[in-house]
Amino acid sequence: MTTGTATHAPLYAAGSEPAARFRDLLAAEWLKLWSLRSTPWAYLVTALAVIGFNVGQAYDTYRYWSTEAAGDRDKFIRDGIPLAEAFTSNAVLIHVLAAGAIGAVTVVGEYGSGLIRTTFAAVPARRSVMAAKVVVVAAVTTVFGALVALVSFFSTQAILNGRDIGVSLDHPGALRVVVASALITPVAALVGMAIGTLLRHMGSTMIVTVATLLVLPMVVSPDRHWSALIAHALPFPAWRRLTEPGGHLAAYPWSEGGAWTVYAVWALAAAAVTVCSVHRRDQ
Amino acid sequence: MIEVKDLTKRYGATTAVKDLTFTVRPGYVTGFLGPNGAGKSTTLRMILGLNEPTGGTVTVGGHRFRDRPRGLRHVGGLLDAGDVHGGRSAVAHLAVLARSNRIPRRRVDEVLAEVGLAGAAGRRRIAGFSLGMRQRLGIAAALLGDPPVLLFDEPLNGLDPEGVLWVRGLFRRLAAEGRTVFVSSHLMSEMENTADELVVIGRGELIAAESLTRFAARGTGAGVTVRTPRAADLADLLTAEGAAVNQDGPLLTVTGLDAARIGDLACRHALPLHELAPRAASLEEAFMELTADSVEYLAGEAR
Repeated sequence: MTTGTATHAPLYAAGSEPAARFRDLLAAEWLKLWSLRSTPWAYLVTALAVIGFNVGQAYDTYRYWSTEAAGDRDKFIRDGIPLAEAFTSNAVLIHVLAAGAIGAVTVVGEYGSGLIRTTFAAVPARRSVMAAKVVVVAAVTTVFGALVALVSFFSTQAILNGRDIGVSLDHPGALRVVVASALITPVAALVGMAIGTLLRHMGSTMIVTVATLLVLPMVVSPDRHWSALIAHALPFPAWRRLTEPGGHLAAYPWSEGGAWTVYAVWALAAAAVTVCSVHRRDQ
Repeated sequence: MIEVKDLTKRYGATTAVKDLTFTVRPGYVTGFLGPNGAGKSTTLRMILGLNEPTGGTVTVGGHRFRDRPRGLRHVGGLLDAGDVHGGRSAVAHLAVLARSNRIPRRRVDEVLAEVGLAGAAGRRRIAGFSLGMRQRLGIAAALLGDPPVLLFDEPLNGLDPEGVLWVRGLFRRLAAEGRTVFVSSHLMSEMENTADELVVIGRGELIAAESLTRFAARGTGAGVTVRTPRAADLADLLTAEGAAVNQDGPLLTVTGLDAARIGDLACRHALPLHELAPRAASLEEAFMELTADSVEYLAGEAR
């Protein structure tokens, strides 16, 4: 190995340090994300699994439709089944789990490898680093969620149309299903990220993330008042409220606006935890 | 310039660093020495603002490092060559760091060439790097912002002899350019040919902060070897003069008197000398003696 000689004028001598810009951190986080081979794979595998689940369910309906009476068609659409099949609750489980893991790994991957110390030594403004991470992860997972939700919607409805039971995007509630399914992605990713920032360890982070996003909603019952109150504050029940027909007829009904608010509060709170919790702690 | 003043760091009941005060000046290579667990890495982390001191202050160029929005143009630090993500290539790793500090992309290729990782090696994933290659990558990252202050924690670990020679030359050159170069090690021998100044700590406390030559003179290992057929007589004589004498057959090892005094005394009492050789203490001995009380993990015997 040979060593070169520095021929450049010292950058520091001129005292010409450029102003610190947030967009440099955004660009750095963007580079960081896509310079890992695992990133595109994680997104691709998640997309295939989720869309596969939705398409499989729609194909099932298509396949066995012949046994149903032709008159059931109107009732099938009126009950909102085509929309339920646009993004099934099985698919959303995988989707939320994967999004939570994708969000968590952006932080835990950096703690696990020790890279976080290199990062914070290069950019002592730790909160700016985490804010840039939050923005990049939120943006990428929103676009990803929108893609998966749209592809799921159009492919499932195309299959159902083979029996003339699909609906279009302007069908009442259709757009809401797509948007609610798209936006659960950044919400889950940000929650995973916040928990990862607090725990810094992949195993415990995933356990707590799964417990928060998926297990807790299963434990609480929508039929008891106190329990329904908790349920109405969780993102996964909010997704159900926004996508399943008849949510307003439950024992303790809640509004769509309330469900959207739950999305927003969780996303913002998770972002705040991620950004603020690194400020004081030793790294 | 790094100024450390009354620096203390406690983790619960354990005190990792206690009332540390020293200054690392520009233009010199300063070695930071101490046995394992002495608090070197903790101190370096506090200089870089990664760990918050329990008490005291540390400034780099007059500023708390954490108050800088971006760091690479002020301090280049290699704390642990493992502080990288194995999934990235060396080029990608450095490109991310450069971008975050608004450093031109061409610097990545420059520093990679400087540390000998140009070409195909730079495009390989770091997971496949040897420790020596990771050290080179860490040094490249420290050089990225062309900073006036450089910190290296055990940079020679894992380097081959050629690499060690190169690193020594690099440190000397960086110091000659007027930069502050602060290099930690737990091996005195690594510093012997590299450092001008030394900061020595043990169990979190300062033992010495002075030039290498002055530090070497502290070692009580410095003494005089005397060979004489009348060893016992001479030993008695020297002991009476206040020296400490170790006798091994015709060979005496004398400390507390210099060669000239021993020679004069022998002459006056007509004792023949066959050999009279002053022996300088090695840095290693000075270091071992001064840190003997502060070794955290002592092998073999209970303390």
